[in-house]
Amino acid sequence: MNRRDILRRTAAAGLLATPAAGLLTGCALGGGDEEDSGGETYVGTKTAENPLGVKEDAPLEVVIFNGGFGEEYAKAHEAMYKERYPKAEIKHSATQEINKTLQPRFVDGTPPDVVNNSGAGQIDFNGLVSQNALADLGELLDAPSLDVPGKTVRETLLPGAVDVGSYDGKFLVLNYTYTVYGIWYSTKLFADRGWEYPKTWDEHIALCREIKKAGIAPWTYAGKHPRYMSWPVLSTAVKLGGLDVAKAIDNLEPNAWKSEAMKAAADAWYQIVKDGFILEGSPGLDHIQSQTAWCQGKAAFISCGSWLESEQKNVTPPGFNMSVAPTPSLSSGDKLPFEAIRGTAGEPFMVPAKAKNRAGGLEYFRTMLSMKGAQDFTRKVSSLTVVANSTQGIELPFGLSSVVKALEASGANGFNWVYNNYYRKLERELVDAACGEFFSGRSTPAEFLDACQKGADQIAADSSIKKYRRA
Amino acid sequence: MKHGKYPLIITFLVPPLLLYGIFVISPYLQAFQISTTDWLGYSSSANFVGLENFATLLRDEYLWNAVKNNLILLILLPILTIALGLFFATMLNMGGRRGTAGVVGVRGSSVYRLVYFFPQVLSVVIIAYVWKEVYNPNNGLLNGALRALGLPTPTWLGDPRTAFWAVLAVMVWSNVGFYVVLFGAAMQSIPRDIYEAALLDGSSRWTTLTRVTIPLLWDTVQVAWIYLAIAALDGFILVQQMTDGGPNHSSDVIGLRMYNTAFGSETKFGYASAIGVVMFFLTLSVAVLALRAARRERIEY
Repeated sequence: MNRRDILRRTAAAGLLATPAAGLLTGCALGGGDEEDSGGETYVGTKTAENPLGVKEDAPLEVVIFNGGFGEEYAKAHEAMYKERYPKAEIKHSATQEINKTLQPRFVDGTPPDVVNNSGAGQIDFNGLVSQNALADLGELLDAPSLDVPGKTVRETLLPGAVDVGSYDGKFLVLNYTYTVYGIWYSTKLFADRGWEYPKTWDEHIALCREIKKAGIAPWTYAGKHPRYMSWPVLSTAVKLGGLDVAKAIDNLEPNAWKSEAMKAAADAWYQIVKDGFILEGSPGLDHIQSQTAWCQGKAAFISCGSWLESEQKNVTPPGFNMSVAPTPSLSSGDKLPFEAIRGTAGEPFMVPAKAKNRAGGLEYFRTMLSMKGAQDFTRKVSSLTVVANSTQGIELPFGLSSVVKALEASGANGFNWVYNNYYRKLERELVDAACGEFFSGRSTPAEFLDACQKGADQIAADSSIKKYRRA
Repeated sequence: MKHGKYPLIITFLVPPLLLYGIFVISPYLQAFQISTTDWLGYSSSANFVGLENFATLLRDEYLWNAVKNNLILLILLPILTIALGLFFATMLNMGGRRGTAGVVGVRGSSVYRLVYFFPQVLSVVIIAYVWKEVYNPNNGLLNGALRALGLPTPTWLGDPRTAFWAVLAVMVWSNVGFYVVLFGAAMQSIPRDIYEAALLDGSSRWTTLTRVTIPLLWDTVQVAWIYLAIAALDGFILVQQMTDGGPNHSSDVIGLRMYNTAFGSETKFGYASAIGVVMFFLTLSVAVLALRAARRERIEY
């Protein structure tokens, strides 16, 4: 028998093995069409002390996204839960790959009780919601707060916190942090040079000229994630044309991206491209590289959310004193005042519909949303939570205190959009690509809006994507 | 001894075949099954949709864009890598002309051999990370050098005209070391006297390479071709880490499309499996074609 024969026979044996392996198929899809039984196995009795009906000795499994916030804050929350339910065993784990780690567990119906679905490995919420994979958290909102007397959990939250996690009127996702999106600058740089943050668009352009003359680039951005620049463009448009501009985009209305307000905003922002106000090479930088260039004083403005300060902690020079500010007003006829800023709840937490200890998961959220839990979080990771007034008595770092001030000034004029939660692909892939072309000067404002609209139309036409309506 | 042969073969063959069946063949078959459903990945139920996913796929312009990029890789990656690999291996093994007789490599060839192999010991993610910094338009090594020479400094990964080629260059760079070693080892097994005869006949280095070395190495080149063709149809890790398919999808590849469809911006596992099935047939046909096209008369020595 020569070598070739052996190979041939092995191949034949492999073919014979195939039918046997065929018996194994169907694993990935689970057992087929079994009824959704809910899977909840731990149910306690509801009392005034225990409004959610937690079974006190039921184990609780918590999976945390191990990103910018780390996992220590979660361990503290778990300790608080354990204090109230000493007999409960808590299984804690942290990962950066939420999707790959948990996907098989969702399929075979044994998901953890609490999931912090965040980061680059976030599971698309559209898919989770349309497959009824998430438990309704409504009960939690109406339960009394753990340590704010006389108030329900709902009443302790900042405005907008419930809306962001609601899909067709059901509250399914608890977004725990409160994030402000704006334009960041170094208070020190501006004080040293005698510059003042511009309140109108014309002042902004005039200042950009001055900054450029001083040998500094007025702007930089994350060229690899250019969607960061969609935030100031949309903010400018919403402030000009009112909240309906954002709602039309969220609801995928025809030509929502080509509204008058969006056109005016895109035209305005095109000027920083045209006049060379953007740090050269920015299109080739990722978010960390561009933010670092900004921290090194190579650029004056950058668009980011309020996680920026902790993300840049290691490279920010002492005394840099970063501050956040709203986008400049485009005209005197803007529907929203200059102070209006985009604030939204972020950092999503969820309880899977098939969680064994659903009540425990909800109770864990109640612990997180207690004044004690929220303050501990803010102290540990320098970020705001959705719990109102929870920063009182805590000394905040410079950037975060500027965030608090901006939020107070913005007050009831604060705005937000949610299309990025409803249709992750639209922001992450399609608007992202359009922004990349626009801010590197390869497309005009009209082409930019066309590209965004084309993306929105594709999502709208895709019958496999569930659509949601923002009221 | 004859009667003991089959139990021995079976003992050695059954465990690997079983593992292969469970971890390779079964997932493939499952992918075929899932590709005919609209499964969204996070529940145990899915509807059978027949070939609908494949129909969608035909109209998916982003996928075709990725296929185009993979086809360019399929042509250029093997050609560039094999050409460079052969060149370096020749120089290392027979490029020197110091002695009057004998075949030796260029001076310091043992050092070069080590250097060429460096990328092979690095994980792909680290290679991507290092090169991302090399390509940094402002602080990167590459633009630093270009600036010092007074040459224009492109934004590399930030420009759709250069991003794809910048990634291709890294693919070649990270692969070439392995083929230098592969070809080098094959050259070592070519009898020296053939070269000495060629030398005596006064053949130049180029003629020796094309008339003697390459024909004798043809089997190895063929294997290299198939490996590289399969690598060219993948390219996922480098692209995802360095450009994430951007800017404006200019460096997208099929693997990244598949990943983003299932795990990235959507959870369409059914559709992603359909992309996977297409990739499977593409890879299979490329491997078969490469084997066919490279078939030549075998030279025994």
